[in-house]
Amino acid sequence: MAEFVDFILLGFLAVVALAMTRLRNLFAVAMLSGIYSLLSAVLFVVLDAVDVAFTEAAVGAGITTVLMIGTLALTGTEEKISGRHTMIPLLIVLFTGAALIYGTLDMPAFEDPQAPVHQHVAPKYLRDTPIETGVPNVVTAVLASYRGYDTLGETTVIFTAGLGVIILLGLGQRKPGGTA
Amino acid sequence: MWAFGLYNYWIVIVLMMAGFYMVIAHGNLVKKIIGLNVFQTSVFILYISMGKVGGGTAPIISEGFTRYSNPLPHVLILTAIVVGVATAALGLALAVRIKEAYGTIEEDEIVKADTLS
Repeated sequence: MAEFVDFILLGFLAVVALAMTRLRNLFAVAMLSGIYSLLSAVLFVVLDAVDVAFTEAAVGAGITTVLMIGTLALTGTEEKISGRHTMIPLLIVLFTGAALIYGTLDMPAFEDPQAPVHQHVAPKYLRDTPIETGVPNVVTAVLASYRGYDTLGETTVIFTAGLGVIILLGLGQRKPGGTA
Repeated sequence: MWAFGLYNYWIVIVLMMAGFYMVIAHGNLVKKIIGLNVFQTSVFILYISMGKVGGGTAPIISEGFTRYSNPLPHVLILTAIVVGVATAALGLALAVRIKEAYGTIEEDEIVKADTLS
C-alpha cells in the first residue's frame, strides 16, 4: 500500500515540475512550487521521514512561497518570451539525465535493508541513542545532541543569510519605487 | 516488495532535470530561483528514498518495533531544507535589488543595459 502511494505521489511531483517549466505566469509557478513542496512533504511521511516532512511543510511550502509571492509583488508576475534558443539547454538536460539514469543502474533497489547505507553507523545510532541520550526520536537526538555544534553552525548560516537580506534591502530606509 | 526497484531514483532524475532546465533555459531571475528550489527538493527526495527500509517505521524508538528506517539521511536533509530557504531568501532579495537598479529581472535585458552604458 505504501509503495502504491509512493508511486502516485512521485507521478504527481513529475507532472507539477513539468508544468512549472512550461508556465510563463510566475504567480502560477509560485503556487505550483508550493504544491510541489507539500506533495514532497507527504512523500516524506510515506518514506518514514516525519521530522523532514513537517520541516518541509512549514519551511518549504510555507515560508518559501510567502517569500516568492512577496518578491513577485515587487518584480512583476509575467515572464517575457525571450529570443534565446531552447534547443541547446534541452539537449544538455536530456544528455545529463541519461547519464544520471545510467548511474542509477548500479544502485541497490529501493527499500533494500541490505543496502550499504544501512550497514555502518546507522545501526549503532539506532541501538545506542536511547541509552546515551534518553531521547526516543533518533533524528532529534543526532541533530541536537551528537551533532549539536553542526546545528549551531547552521544557525550561523541562517543569521548570515538574514543579515545579507537586510543589507541588500536596506531595512526601513528605502524609498518605494526609487532607483538605486 | 521490491517491485519498484529504481523507480524513485528515476523520478528524482526527472525532477532534477526539470529544475536544471528552468535554471539554464529561462531568462527570468525569479524563475531561475524557483528552478533551483525544484532541483534542491529532488535531491532531498533522493536522500530520503535511500534511507527507507522495507517494512521499517519512522526512527522513533518504541517497544514493539524492531526495524527502523535510516535516521542519518533525515538529519542531513533537515539541515539542507533550512539552509535552502536561507539561500532562496538571499537570491530573491538580490532579484528585488536588480529590479530596482535595472527596472527588469529578465537576464537578456540586464545584459543589454550593461553593454549600452
